[in-house]
Amino acid sequence: MTRTTPPSTTGGPSRRHRGEIGAVAVIALFFLVVFPLLNAHGVVSNFTINLWGKYLCYALLAISVDLLWGYTGLLSLGQALFFSLGGYMFGMYLMRMIGDLGQYHQPIPDFLVFLGWTALPRFWEPFSSFPFALAMVFLLPGLLALVFGFLAFRSRIKGVYFSILTQALTYGASLMFFRNDLLMGGNNGFTDFKFVVGHDLREASTQRGLFIVTAAVLLAVYVGLRLLSHTKFGLVQRAIRDGENRVLFSGYATAHFKLFIFVVAALIAGVAGALYVPQVGIINPSEMDPRKSLEAVVWCAVGGRGTLVGPILGAIGVNALQSWATVGGTAEYWLVILGGLFVFFVLCLPGGIVSLPQRLSFLWRKAKPAPAPAQTPAAAAADPASESS
Amino acid sequence: MFVFIRSLHISFLALAALAIASAADSPRGVISSAILATPETRQIEIISSLAGEGDDSIKALLTAWKEDALFLYEPTPGHPVPVQLTGEKDANDTQAAVRVDNGQVLTDAGGRLLRLAGSDLTAVDHTPALRRAMKSVLDLIDLGSPSRTKRLQAIQTIGFSQDADKIPPLEKRLQVETDPTIIRALREAVAVTRLKSPDAAIQLNALGELGKLHSLSSYDLIRTAMRDATKAGKPAVADSAKAVLKVIDEHRAMINFYGTIFRGVSLGSILLIVAIGLAVTFGLMGVINMAHGEMIAVGAYTTYLVENIFGGGITIPCFGLSLSLPGFHAAGWFQQSYFLFALPLSFLAAALVGIGLERSVIRFLYRRPLESLLATWGVSLLLQQFFKLMFGSNNVQVSSPGYLSGNWTINDILFGWSRVFVIGFAGLIVLGVWLVLSKTSLGLLIRAVMQNRNMASCMGVRTERVNMLTFGLGSGLAGLAGAFLSQIGNVGPSLGQNYIVDCFMTVVVGGVGNLLGTIISAFGIGLVDQSLQQILLNPVVGKIVVLVGIIFFLQWRPAGIFVTRSRNLDD
Repeated sequence: MTRTTPPSTTGGPSRRHRGEIGAVAVIALFFLVVFPLLNAHGVVSNFTINLWGKYLCYALLAISVDLLWGYTGLLSLGQALFFSLGGYMFGMYLMRMIGDLGQYHQPIPDFLVFLGWTALPRFWEPFSSFPFALAMVFLLPGLLALVFGFLAFRSRIKGVYFSILTQALTYGASLMFFRNDLLMGGNNGFTDFKFVVGHDLREASTQRGLFIVTAAVLLAVYVGLRLLSHTKFGLVQRAIRDGENRVLFSGYATAHFKLFIFVVAALIAGVAGALYVPQVGIINPSEMDPRKSLEAVVWCAVGGRGTLVGPILGAIGVNALQSWATVGGTAEYWLVILGGLFVFFVLCLPGGIVSLPQRLSFLWRKAKPAPAPAQTPAAAAADPASESS
Repeated sequence: MFVFIRSLHISFLALAALAIASAADSPRGVISSAILATPETRQIEIISSLAGEGDDSIKALLTAWKEDALFLYEPTPGHPVPVQLTGEKDANDTQAAVRVDNGQVLTDAGGRLLRLAGSDLTAVDHTPALRRAMKSVLDLIDLGSPSRTKRLQAIQTIGFSQDADKIPPLEKRLQVETDPTIIRALREAVAVTRLKSPDAAIQLNALGELGKLHSLSSYDLIRTAMRDATKAGKPAVADSAKAVLKVIDEHRAMINFYGTIFRGVSLGSILLIVAIGLAVTFGLMGVINMAHGEMIAVGAYTTYLVENIFGGGITIPCFGLSLSLPGFHAAGWFQQSYFLFALPLSFLAAALVGIGLERSVIRFLYRRPLESLLATWGVSLLLQQFFKLMFGSNNVQVSSPGYLSGNWTINDILFGWSRVFVIGFAGLIVLGVWLVLSKTSLGLLIRAVMQNRNMASCMGVRTERVNMLTFGLGSGLAGLAGAFLSQIGNVGPSLGQNYIVDCFMTVVVGGVGNLLGTIISAFGIGLVDQSLQQILLNPVVGKIVVLVGIIFFLQWRPAGIFVTRSRNLDD
């Protein structure tokens, strides 16, 4: 139905496949090598590379949303929660790395001093170790997703209910993180980071390194999911999206499939958050706002759901637009742009930017006086508007 | 009167004062005779006889006396008349004079108005002892005040001062008082004061009285009395105080229990009011309207406009144009009744916005519920920005009518009128929705279309139109919720966002497609939330526990309290 499973007609797939590999390789080469090199030689500013690092983190988040929504039909409004949990876990490590360079020059983070603590709380201690923090970046979002997903899928909560429940989960978590006595920084969160694995975060080279890591993770996730979507697992996944009960009746334990996907998506979002925090330099509970999850869904919808390129394009495109729109005096109109964009894409272009070329060629062919009857079904199949969701 | 004489503080002085008071009946007369009386002790007696009287003239005259504003006028030597000079001074420094004894304007024999100059007259004297007597009268003056709240406050202040000298006036008041609340406060004040008595028998008596009254406010004083009694070696009193404290504790627990239930029901009513519109659009139509919160805000802003148009008019920063709307400058009951006009207008405004939304966006998405969620979220962003541009980004205040402040106290349980109003409002709305859905032809069509759209369409029902009207009904109900919320809080562009998660929770727990489920779940969530607040003493943790509880509840009943059964595979 979608472009990720090209129709098995003659010759087409392998040619397209090769073309895709080539394009991905070129883009990956650009982001992994050329872009950082340009930055090292001063052609690309530090600000730009930092900004693009942020976009790529958002792209990872959008991919995690798409994996659930576009491929499995689960609209999760909790991805921002997993994103911030990953961010918080890595943020705890970064807070420990500040050492006694904080405002109060104490060996514990400033906000703890402010709350009257003199020694580090027990659960903070292991976060001085980088491997432990890294493990927690995976473990906490993964475990939460496992437990919540198990409960939700076991009782066959699906569709809109799933969306609302994940939203409630996120809302509850943000209420919790806003509290000071959780000892996670309250509503100010974590900020003022200094070092990451021995490198000064204010150095351009550190930011460049983080950018390369982010791009590499994005590439790995892209390739991994691309391969996954071609396995039988990927097929079942999409079958669940299109008709879960039929898959269930065919003897597949759909709950297990969904749980696996949900956990994978949470892990991707967690890693994205962990990469986001050192580049942006702050993490606070407003990242858990249900609105943030919905924004990630917007990126996905704008780029094109059910594809892997779509969310990346959408995340970069919408955020670049936001950076551009909020710089001038038009900041207050950003919500209008975002809302309008969303309504427009859902109503008029459900396939997102990715479907635009096909849409245009379809319209162009229709406009041509001599119609080719053989093309109509193919075009209709390519039109995501005809998909049942 | 007889009881008064028999009371503990019986004295000859009081008796004499009483005799004089009854002779010269009116408080003015008493003060007049006090001014003329000699010697000083006699004057003090007369003044003290006024204790517990509530006449307004006493306060004015005694204050005037203390401030040297009373004078003696002697038309015939040896027969002085106390007067008070009032009004503007004229060129000769003279003022109109009012007789102290009867409040009449002073005239000469021919009936002409007499004007006097203060400098020609002798001011009425006062000594420190007299001033003290006046002060103790003034302290008690609110005891006889015609205003109920003033009286209550005065009684409580006197009670807490635990001054044994204040008992006689309190008891005197107890004879004439008819208001049950005040009688209770008086008994409480007397008992609390007697708690300080050195006599153990009186103390025990007072404790018994306090126990009978379940006096919450004297809890700390009783505890102090218990400690003092233990120290002073009066075990009987200490034990009795302990027992009374226990009684009061039990009473307090009872109050908390019923108070929590009442607050829970009123919170449930708020949830019900905000969620019932969603129960129609989401529950009956299956449309996820994330802009539901903004429909609430439309209603709230409409109420805000109506209120200001009834009042002094308003200027709104409408898209930078600064639009001025004139007002009626209504006053009194007409102004207070603006809410009655705001209700239908809020309903209409929100219903129109809802119908516009349905026609322009939602009708294309009936088969794609997840996408209607996303598109309506976009609409909600647009509307929020629209509110900001139209009314400014700050919160605006809607003054709630006077009848919403105040409360009933039944057996120490506080029933705030605004909460009672909430519950009544919720009841009316539920009744209205039920009537529309079950007794009107529109309701019949709505139910038909929701049960089987295709079949209804085959029978000639214009389903498109029914969809539109149903969505309008749901949005209009949200508008009513907004009108209501404007009465109990601020109105701002993000008003709706605060309620949207709660709304969805309520409807999902209740079970989609069932209004009764929504009602039960609203009250259930409200009661659980308030009980948890009472137990955990922390609203945020309580809220988190409620959210987690809902997730577990849906484990048990995935489709909510009431399940709509269907043979359709994908329903």
